[in-house]
Amino acid sequence: MPVLCTEPNIAAPDDFYELLIALHRDLTHAQSELVNAKLVLLLANHIGDTAVLRAALAAARQDVAAPGAEA
Amino acid sequence: MKTYTNPVYAYRRSPDQDGTPARRPVVVVGAGPVGLAAAIDLAQSDVPVVVLDEDNTVSVGSRAICYAKRALEILDRLGCGERIVRKGVGWNVGKVFHRQELVYQFDLLPESGHRRPAFVNLQQYYLEEYLVDRVAELPAAEIRWENRVTGVRVRADHVALTVATPDGDYELHCDWLIVADGARSPVRTLLGLEADGQVFRDRFLIADIHMRTDFPPERWFWFDPPFHPNQSVLLHRQADDVWRVDFQLGWDADPEEEKKPERIGPRLRAMLGADADFDIEWASVYTFQCRRMRRFRHGRVIFAGDAAHVVSPFGARGANSGIQDTDNLVWKLRLVLEGLAPERLLDSYDVERSAAADENIANSTRSTDFITPKSAISRVFRDATLQLARRHPFARRLVNSGRLSVPRVHTESPLNTPDRRGEQFAGAMVPGAPAADAPVTGPGSSWLLDYLGQGFTLLSFGSAVAPPAAAALLRDRIPCRVLQVGGERDEDLIVVQDVAGLLAQRYDGKPGTCYLLRPDQIVCARWRSFDAAAVRAAIAHATAHD
Ligand SMILES: Cc1cc2nc3c(=O)[nH]c(=O)nc-3n(C[C@H](O)[C@H](O)[C@H](O)COP(=O)(O)OP(=O)(O)OC[C@H]3O[C@@H](n4cnc5c(N)ncnc54)[C@H](O)[C@@H]3O)c2cc1C
Repeated sequence: MPVLCTEPNIAAPDDFYELLIALHRDLTHAQSELVNAKLVLLLANHIGDTAVLRAALAAARQDVAAPGAEA
Repeated sequence: MKTYTNPVYAYRRSPDQDGTPARRPVVVVGAGPVGLAAAIDLAQSDVPVVVLDEDNTVSVGSRAICYAKRALEILDRLGCGERIVRKGVGWNVGKVFHRQELVYQFDLLPESGHRRPAFVNLQQYYLEEYLVDRVAELPAAEIRWENRVTGVRVRADHVALTVATPDGDYELHCDWLIVADGARSPVRTLLGLEADGQVFRDRFLIADIHMRTDFPPERWFWFDPPFHPNQSVLLHRQADDVWRVDFQLGWDADPEEEKKPERIGPRLRAMLGADADFDIEWASVYTFQCRRMRRFRHGRVIFAGDAAHVVSPFGARGANSGIQDTDNLVWKLRLVLEGLAPERLLDSYDVERSAAADENIANSTRSTDFITPKSAISRVFRDATLQLARRHPFARRLVNSGRLSVPRVHTESPLNTPDRRGEQFAGAMVPGAPAADAPVTGPGSSWLLDYLGQGFTLLSFGSAVAPPAAAALLRDRIPCRVLQVGGERDEDLIVVQDVAGLLAQRYDGKPGTCYLLRPDQIVCARWRSFDAAAVRAAIAHATAHD
């Protein structure tokens, strides 16, 4: 059973984070949103497994309550 | 319209309009595609049927244009398929554009060895006209034009209707009422019933134009094209050099303004070129909805087609699914009328077609959400998908401008007999699946499906069923014909030959394999060896006798 890996898994985390921020340099907010969305789709396809994707979607929504919803 | 003149079907006074109310076994409200299909199916099996329609002609202007393979196969069984296919435009290639660029193209051409293609395009008025012509060939069916149902009273053993005509009102009684009076369904309202769901906050301009061009017969879909920025456009070819153009307008558009030729002309010229030569045949502005009734059967009143469920047109699931409704319903109703099945068999219509409606609504809602994103972030993901699709194959699978209308596989159906323990089958022909077609040679047609659909059929590979056993099945109260694949002819069997080997392949047929098919050509049981008692038990189960 594949599970979502939430333990450290990125080989060089600081390098990756820097690349991620650099990716958006010079972009407008709208362009950044587009690039982020493309990134999500590319990574989701790479993962492929529905159970892992569902777990990631749920983890992303954790601690983000819709306005008006009970915290 | 230049290319089509609506026929006028004359109102005729019926003897039922005089004296005490007549009692009919089945009345159908609505002579749209669905009501007409129901009437043909009933009359083909000698059930007398009266169709009431408030109008005196077929659809004014085209609505539905794409008929999918399964609907065409049903129309074949109803004796109309060939005429529709011959007049219509078959197509397999679809192209999707984003802004100026071709994002990808797809080919729906299924594997060969099927009689009917993925889709045939034909204006809805032709479809209806051909169905009306077919009704005229059947002595058991009668259409009463300019007969509007204005009152419905459900009684214990019948339904009483009030019908308004040019000669005034009359009352008509029936054992069973099939309601196929369209999305607004006055009968549904008269009975205080509702269809719940979602209205999409968007408007679409539908224009049918007559134009001679050398565009190929393909489905072209644009997201955000330069000639209609921020919205989508769809182009489809129909018969008689008529093209369907569908412009997304947005919620704020004024439907009355947008329908005017002086508004439509410039939109079309921006798209087709300043010197494009076309005539506008018909135009209309629509909003789309996805809604369904909670139950399709209310005692003796049974809803079908748009009256029971409506979907947005992306994916062509409206008329296509309505025709599958009546295909599912009519054999059950016939058995009930003949006293050969209990009334609860009709509840399986509700179970099966509700599941199909949910599937159609889910598909059509997903397409509509992609075409009409409801939020800013939904729009961002949509555009991200389209941008990725130009370079990366994975993203093309996510682009949704309408999915192919495919029939529901009724794996959940209460009428199915589960496979015997230990028996394995490859392929798609599970209990609940509509039978796949295949080329055959035999005493009649050269397509398998033409041999199925007159009652229950046992498709038997090899000579597992001895002729006397076949003769006995045919003499049962609910008869079952044996269709043998391969081997010699015998009086009690119909034998077809699997000329291309596709039957064995599609059904994983080995000597001894038997498939039981319902009158609507749906698999309801299968075995690796013949057992007459098991076949009888499966037929009893498929007719709600246990
Ligand atoms: C723009 C557009 C494009 C579409 N494209 C497709 C497509 O490509 N493929 C597809 O499969 N579907 C398509 N559809 C859907 C399709 O048109 C409908 O699903 C189909 O017409 C439904 O048939 P019906 O017989 O249930 O209802 P209708 O066609 O609406 O027929 C109802 C009939 O009932 C009659 N009636 C109504 N009230 C009464 C009354 N009180 N008494 C007597 N008679 C009455 C009416 O006169 C009418 O003839 C499209 C729809 C639209 C709007």
